[in-house]
Amino acid sequence: MTESRSVTKVLTYRHTLVVRISHWLNVLSICLLLMSGLQIFNAHPSLYWGQKATFAEPWLHMGAVTRGETTMGVTTLGPLSFNTTGLFGYSGKVGAREPRGFPSWATIPSYRALVDGRHWHFFFAWLFVLNGAFYVIGNLLNGHIRRDLLPTADQLTRKHLWHEIIEHARLRFPKGEEARRYNVIQKFTYLAVIFGVLPLMILTGLTMSPAVNAGQPWLVEVFGGRQSARSLHFICANLIVLFVLVHVALVIVVGFFNSMRSMITGRYVLEIEDGDAA
Amino acid sequence: MTDAIHRRGWIKGVAASLTGLWLAACNRINDNPDVQKTLLKAEGLNRRVHRALIDRKALAKEFTAADISKDFKANGSISPGDKPYRDHLMTGFKDYRLVIDGLVDHPMELSLADIHALPSRSQITRHDCVEGWSSIGKWTGARLGPLLDRAGLKREARYLVFHCFDTLGAATDGSNQYYESIDLIDAYHPQTILAYQMNDAVLPVGHGAPLRLRVERQLGYKQAKYIARIEAVSDFKSLHGGKGGFWEDRGYEWYAGI
Repeated sequence: MTESRSVTKVLTYRHTLVVRISHWLNVLSICLLLMSGLQIFNAHPSLYWGQKATFAEPWLHMGAVTRGETTMGVTTLGPLSFNTTGLFGYSGKVGAREPRGFPSWATIPSYRALVDGRHWHFFFAWLFVLNGAFYVIGNLLNGHIRRDLLPTADQLTRKHLWHEIIEHARLRFPKGEEARRYNVIQKFTYLAVIFGVLPLMILTGLTMSPAVNAGQPWLVEVFGGRQSARSLHFICANLIVLFVLVHVALVIVVGFFNSMRSMITGRYVLEIEDGDAA
Repeated sequence: MTDAIHRRGWIKGVAASLTGLWLAACNRINDNPDVQKTLLKAEGLNRRVHRALIDRKALAKEFTAADISKDFKANGSISPGDKPYRDHLMTGFKDYRLVIDGLVDHPMELSLADIHALPSRSQITRHDCVEGWSSIGKWTGARLGPLLDRAGLKREARYLVFHCFDTLGAATDGSNQYYESIDLIDAYHPQTILAYQMNDAVLPVGHGAPLRLRVERQLGYKQAKYIARIEAVSDFKSLHGGKGGFWEDRGYEWYAGI
């Protein structure tokens, strides 16, 4: 702050209609897929590897354990065991707690109803898949993926990559002209989610269908069995939750109002310091 | 100090009320009949897409003896208390007769010995429960297709209904009698059998003695246990809840391929 610089605000067009529509449809479908998915998970809150369940040795399990007068929620992850009372395994209002995998506020409906969970899940799976196809086809045609998501040569230099990692770690994000484009970490993350995690989610979901297993036997072999597919489906769901948490946190850090406006109207304000403009 | 406690109590109160509102809102949406009706539209879509894309004669994967589960879970009814079943169990099913009737030219009553003499098949397959778990077991039983040929299905027959001995749940008015139904393509699938053996031993009570349906490529609730009678019908709308099965009447999908 040794010298005063003047800053010009420039209104830019950041997000196309295709991106904005598919983004908000995805918010809706991923929220409901997650909540109904946790409802389905709760019907058997254990995960295994391979084709079949090994009931005594799940790699992940959420359950209630009663010792004497007290009941606790216990989550086991391989050989590790955690007291997760109130969150996983045993939750609800104090005094009216019940054994359940994920708590009632995370599932739809809040009460135990595998049948409703399946109906929500399979409905929004269609919305999610059709919306994903709309996004990918639309953005391949309009060049968004090639132009905005693929890293450019200058972003892939070792110096630039290192610089961005350091800047991210300090929660300092590109401003001005550099903020016109996605930064390289952002690009890698979006590409990994759009072309990695989300397709894996669809494929592992399909693999849990016994009819699909009969019709397309290679699919279940790729994932190493139906229970492996169920585990991978769960892990990918967690990766999506992690992505959403970081995504929303960064939206707040870089400017909540500006980011929301750009995802609703398409318009994003860049703050360009004088002399910086190209 | 007391202020802090008050504040914490206040925040907890707000958090609890917000959670309560959230749960009530979610459940209200979930319980709305129009919402339920809309969600169910996906069920028909799933079935039609599967029918269009998956060869209905495709075989379910068959495993090796080494893959058989040592902890195959018995689910649903595992020891029916219903009197007719108990009577058969006490006498070792010697008076048991499988009834095949409805839209058939030759209604039949078959003893277990008759059923053992029918063309049979053994298969080691994976059983997938709607709850999410899977177990692998070996099933031996009479192939349903040749048996239906013997009974002679009438032209109008479209589905087979499997009436079972067991009731599930507390109701005493018969509304909780287990039953299931399949279409004729599944009935004539080579892996569709009436199993009387599991893992080379007599079918245990927990897994549906004396006879259980194996209709591979569909979920566990379709694999009706404790079969008493097979009825050929043109549709199942007038039976029980009209949806073609015990769990179907409780909202689960009739097409259980997913």
